[in-house]
Amino acid sequence: MGFLDIDNTTKSYGAVEVLHNVDISVEEGEFLVLVGPSGCGKSTLLNMIAGLEDITSGEIRIKDKVMNGVHPSKRNIAMVFQSYALYPNMTVGQNITFGLEMHGTPKPEREKAMKNVAELLQIEQLLDRKPGALSGGQRQRVAMGRALVRNPDVFLFDEPLSNLDAKLRVDMRTEIKKLHQKLGTTIVYVTHDQIEAMTLSTRIAVMYGGYVQQLGTPQEIYDSPANIFVATFMGSPAMNVIPARVAMEGERPVAIVALHDGSTTSLPFSQDNMADWNGRDIMLGIRPETITDEDAADRNSANIAQMTNRIVVTEPAGSDTFVTMTLGGKDVIARMRSDADVRPGADFPFAVNMEKAVAFDPKTEMRIVP
Amino acid sequence: MSVASQDTAIRTGRVTRTLIYLVLLLFALFYMLPLYVMVVNSVKPLNEITGGGMMNLPQAFTLEPWAKAWSSAQIGVDPTGLQPYFWNSIKMVVPAVAISTVLGALNGYVLTKWRFKGDTILFGLMLFACFIPFQIVLIPMARMLGLIGLAGTTWGLVLVHVVYGIGFTTLYFRNYYAVFPTELVRAAQIDGAGFFQIFWRILLPSSGPIAVVSIIWQFTNIWNDFLFGASFAGADSQPMTVALNNLVQSSTGVKEYNVHFAGAILAALPTLLVYIVAGRYFVRGLMAGSVKG
Repeated sequence: MGFLDIDNTTKSYGAVEVLHNVDISVEEGEFLVLVGPSGCGKSTLLNMIAGLEDITSGEIRIKDKVMNGVHPSKRNIAMVFQSYALYPNMTVGQNITFGLEMHGTPKPEREKAMKNVAELLQIEQLLDRKPGALSGGQRQRVAMGRALVRNPDVFLFDEPLSNLDAKLRVDMRTEIKKLHQKLGTTIVYVTHDQIEAMTLSTRIAVMYGGYVQQLGTPQEIYDSPANIFVATFMGSPAMNVIPARVAMEGERPVAIVALHDGSTTSLPFSQDNMADWNGRDIMLGIRPETITDEDAADRNSANIAQMTNRIVVTEPAGSDTFVTMTLGGKDVIARMRSDADVRPGADFPFAVNMEKAVAFDPKTEMRIVP
Repeated sequence: MSVASQDTAIRTGRVTRTLIYLVLLLFALFYMLPLYVMVVNSVKPLNEITGGGMMNLPQAFTLEPWAKAWSSAQIGVDPTGLQPYFWNSIKMVVPAVAISTVLGALNGYVLTKWRFKGDTILFGLMLFACFIPFQIVLIPMARMLGLIGLAGTTWGLVLVHVVYGIGFTTLYFRNYYAVFPTELVRAAQIDGAGFFQIFWRILLPSSGPIAVVSIIWQFTNIWNDFLFGASFAGADSQPMTVALNNLVQSSTGVKEYNVHFAGAILAALPTLLVYIVAGRYFVRGLMAGSVKG
């Protein structure tokens, strides 16, 4: 039993099922991020936890109490909305204490709670202002203050950073993480931004088409994606997924991949069970940062493969240079050091860290588990 | 407005500009003329009017016609002036406007934030109220008022005007609340506010502009209504418009035009006042949400 249990939960609108048997158990103090493209059902799931949407079947429990049919205000949750949803006619202070007032907390206690939260979020000087007179970042803080003041069991965040500009977004991201570390609260956070998901979470649920595709720690999701969708959704630039054929070189299973000119190269697998796939087609997944020049290859890796391929495009990004080549008939991106000597049209010796490579079944698109 | 935007793309000459303002001024004068005639003649002794020269300024200024129209002119059988009928109108208009506006706001709130199956159809049906001509409902309404015992009373008139007004007020508030962020309602729900608390504390305080629109519209329509007042009011609940008609139409004795003018202005004054006080909100309210603020 977790702190927050989502137990075999389904959501339908009429005959259309939009969430299929979701099973997630969140421990106390965990930071769970629901991530996925628009329409994947992540916001619907969050609204169901909040009580703003009905649960069609299954159960949602907070602290072992069944929440189906319980009014949002009685679940001891707090929610931060994408648009912040600050009451425009009330001052910041009134916004923060409105929930306490509705729950019948006496005024002196409300004032005290408001002061504490304002201090924590450094918004004391804003308490008498109306939301209309605040900047985006300030509104964001007030919205969090309104959630914090009630000291809820679970915090729900619905894409809280997507209305901020890029720089502020990064700052607030750090801010939220600090807050979580300081207060140790249980958080469920919805975003479509995979970087937010990776940086903030203790666990991620990647959702697509109403299914939880994978539930795991950021590292698990990144290194061992359950299927091609998760592999390409998480990480930027996305993981390269290349058609390849498995062959044997002595005892060693290798992936045979077509180079730009139609000739092939063989990349040896680290996973022995790939021998079972001898002679069959697979999809080979390689992260951009695992394709480098030889000098930059991971020294701790026991399996660095060499291949010479032609560079199509180079994109210097300051810290790195992204190199595009053709591999297995597809555009493949490599992430090189910025000082690597790469020129478009030249043949270049690449080093591929095959320890980090993953293989997918082309029919089911599921990862072939070693 | 910035200085740059006052410049026109193609240079409009000084002459053209003067011409435009001249024409506008002319039209303004033309439309002000009736008001001028009414005001000027309401402060003249009767012999100055009957002697011709309706357009002349008064030679002997007098407020007597106003006093007479207000408190002693013959209306129907009693020489009461318009005064009691003015209060009749107030007693009818204030509750009718208040009730229809509050109900319209509640309807708008439910139709946008507590949606249910068939709500659009219901809203469509309510809109019909805006298109039904008054004459059609006269007889059924009279029968209804008789059945519920409100015939010939002020409250009967209030009921009729509320029923007729709900269509408009619902339309106004529904469209206003349709663009009101639903996330605010959800946030308030999580904060523990109930149905009416959300309405009073969150929605209504933000409804100023549209409430003004609704109040002006309802006030003007109900105050100016003649047909319902003439049809359903009893002797002691007749509104101002009916009394004014009785004053002007009375066929005994001399026609006191100056008193009639004064009475007509008195009858029009409240709506004029409402519009002057709240008029700028009217345009603002009608335009609300049409452009990004």
